[in-house]
Formats: sequence, structure tokens, C-alpha cells
Amino acid sequence: MFAPPVSEEEARRLRTGDTVSLEGTLYGIRDATLIHLFDRGRGTRFDLAGSAVIHTAPNVRRVKKSARHPVGYAPVCVGTTTSERMERFTRPLMARYGVRLIVGKGGLREDSAAAFQELGGAYLAIVGGAAALETTWVEAIEDVDLDDLHPESLWKFRVKGFGPLLVAMDSHGASLYAEVQARARARRAAALQALGVRGAPRTVR
Amino acid sequence: MKVELERVEEAAKELYVRALKRLPPDIQAGFERLARSETDEGARRVLGTMIANIRVAEQTDTLLCQDTGIPIYHVRIGRGVEVDGPGLREAIRRGCARATREYALRSSIVHPITRVNEQTSCGPGVPVIDFDFSEAEEVLEIEMIPKGSGSENNSWLRMALPADGVDAIRTFVIDCVLEAGGKTCPPTVVGVGVGGSADLCLRLAKRAATRALGTRSADAEGARLEEELTRAVNLLGIGPQGLGGDSTAFAVHVEVAATHITMNPVAVNMQCHSARRARATIRADGIEYGA
Repeated sequence: MFAPPVSEEEARRLRTGDTVSLEGTLYGIRDATLIHLFDRGRGTRFDLAGSAVIHTAPNVRRVKKSARHPVGYAPVCVGTTTSERMERFTRPLMARYGVRLIVGKGGLREDSAAAFQELGGAYLAIVGGAAALETTWVEAIEDVDLDDLHPESLWKFRVKGFGPLLVAMDSHGASLYAEVQARARARRAAALQALGVRGAPRTVR
Repeated sequence: MKVELERVEEAAKELYVRALKRLPPDIQAGFERLARSETDEGARRVLGTMIANIRVAEQTDTLLCQDTGIPIYHVRIGRGVEVDGPGLREAIRRGCARATREYALRSSIVHPITRVNEQTSCGPGVPVIDFDFSEAEEVLEIEMIPKGSGSENNSWLRMALPADGVDAIRTFVIDCVLEAGGKTCPPTVVGVGVGGSADLCLRLAKRAATRALGTRSADAEGARLEEELTRAVNLLGIGPQGLGGDSTAFAVHVEVAATHITMNPVAVNMQCHSARRARATIRADGIEYGA
């Protein structure tokens, strides 16, 4: 179990194949959030040092502000989006803001793997598309910043037993996605042979 | 039958919410089948979580997935149906916007250049509304598909050469599934369009990706192709969420149209495991909802 802020040492202790869950604060970020933070020179009043972030843009309902809903948002459905679109933001998120853990689905690529290795971080895989279940792990929306980008705002969630999450990329250069991809590409020939195709050139990428 | 537009608006609203909350029975059965056949332990756990999520969505009356998708409405107008065309389109747009507002759905739709979100799930050309005709007497059918972007972002078109033959199609499908990896939220339905013009080919692929599991291509050659491709893509070992396993795709579906003598188009469009869709059948005596 992890309750951010997480130290570099704690992040480096994680190994692919480990299972963890999160407790306490989890920040939600998304394409527009990152574009505005890093390409348009905006900042945030949140302190993300040692934090865990999740690739998300939730469904929320506007409600009256209360102790339970401090900023007047109630979670309706909080899920996870495909991480790879945000690949180029992993390194600046870690270097400039001190983010340690990224929760996402589908995996990140080589530059993120290198950033996890150099700066001390990990990628935690959630089951994408299982948002109804994920929402039950979210206690409250504690705060929100950059809400002009709604729903791609910078969300501050309070979570309880958020997981199980699978460590799918670690700070030692391991990536379950890269392993599965390499195996799958090695099986390409067998798949084409099963289809009776011989000597076909690669047609994508 | 003269179609009342209030009824269409109501159906368009209801359909969006129903589609987001309940998976069609054929997809649920597909999950049970994969859970039985999967041999990788980690993959079985992932499939178990997906199946548990379907139950939680039911019990808590929540959306299955946070992605409210690009709203797509397929309208099929039967025989003897009288309807005001532009009014029909407007009624669907109103229903889509009302669902977003009244059920606090995330509007996932922005202008492609300004990226401004109107918070209505609508914008120029969206919802996508396709019109077609059916032989059914006095019936207006509306199918709603909230198409998730994780899978939609993995769409490809290749204008192959006639000399490359069917092997170009087979190779392309395998390479697209490899390239998509875990980004499409597998297990997926891999939709393949074969033939047509460039735009028709992509539409065939979308139709194939959103066709119910267990249905077959109406074209005999297409049906043969989808069987062999279903086996082949599941040899790759990408597995649920791209974390390894046997269950890469529920199925590969192929839709076919004739093409030009100089052309050999193939398109791939995928549907994620949250393969949501809902259907309304509007008759003179009321609306019936189903999958």
C-alpha cells in the first residue's frame, strides 16, 4: 500500500509484477492539462512532489459545497484513459513537478521507461474500461485546478484502497508492455503462416 | 406511421444513457467464453476485473467506462414511415445534449481546431448520425453507439494494390493488431472493411467492429476470412490490456463491398471490450429498448 507523497527510494523498490494500491491523494491529469502545463506555460497551485497521478478525465456532477464535496463536485464515473498519447509529458512531469507514480492503461513507451529509470518512478497499470469499479475506490473530489479545461482539469481525488494496480514499468528498465510487444512481434510470422501468407512486408509503421 | 419527433428525442436521450450503463448480452457472453478459454493467469485476473465491473455498473447504476465516446446514431427507416428529415436530425441532437446535461455525462466532444468543449456532447457534425432503410413495416429503428476513443484512435486505411491480393488484407490486419497493442483496451472486436471506396471501406470497418458477436459476414468470402483472422490474431499473445494472454480479440469481423478494378482497399477499426451499444425500436404504439 502506498500513501503519497512517495520517496524516490520507495518508488525504486517497486518491481514489475508487484501489486500495489493507493491511499490518500491521487491527482487526475489528461491531454489538455498537460498541454497547458508544459506547452502553454501555465502552472498549478498544487504541490505534486512525490505524488501519484492518473490519466483520467472524470464524469462529475455539480453539487452544493459541503464537507463531503469541498469544491462542489461529486464523482459520477472516474476511469482511466489510454496513456500513450501523453508519452512526451512523463519526463517533464517527473523532472519539474516531482511526480513519482503514473497510473494508466495500455502502457507508456521508451522515453517514459528511461525517465522512470533516471528519475525514480513507476507506471501502475489499472484495468482500463473498468470505471464503475474504479469509481468505488474514489472517496471524494477534494480540489480542482485549471478547471477552465473541464473535464480535462487537474483533479485532486481522495482515494481509499485504490487498486489492485499492477507495476507494469519500473525504475530498473523493465516494462511488461515492451516484453509483450516483443513476444507478439516475434509471433507475427507464425500468425501470417497460419493465414497462408508468405514473405509479407510490414504494412504498419 | 407518422413519427413524432418528441419520441425520437426521448429515445436518443435514453439510448445514450442505456448504452453507457449496460453491456449487450452478446458481449457479456463473449467475456464468459474468454474467461473459460484463457490459459494465462494474469490475463484471467484482468478478465475477472472486467466482468466484475459489468456487475458493479449494474448494481450501482453507474457508467461502465468513463469514456462517453463519440456519440453515433444509426437510424433505419422502415416502409410506410413518414418523418420530417431535418426535424429527425435535430431531435437526435437535442436528445444527445439532454442526456449529457440531465445525467451529468462527461461531454467528450470538442471543436477540432479550437478544442472548445460545448459541454453538450454535440458539435459540428457530431453526434454522427447515419441514415439507412429497412424492409420492416411501420418501424423506425435507432441504434446508439458511444464509441470510445482508445479504440477509435486505432483506425487505419490502406489502399493496397490488386496484385497484392487477399494476402495484403491478411497482413494488414495482423500488423494493425500488433501496432494497437494494449492501447485499444483489448479484448477487442477487430472490424475489417474490405473493398468499396476509401470512405466506404472505413465505414464497413466500423460496421464490422460494432456488429454483435456471433453474427457472421453476409458475404461468404468475408465470413471465411473473419474465421481465419480471428484464430490468427489470437496467436499473437497481446492479451487483455496488452499485458499478455490468449484473449486479444473477441472476434475479427469482416464487412465487404465491391470495389474498383484498380483498387484493393482494406480498413481496420476496433471496438474496445466496453463494446457498448443500445437499440430503440419505435412503432406506432411506443418505444422498445434492447441491445
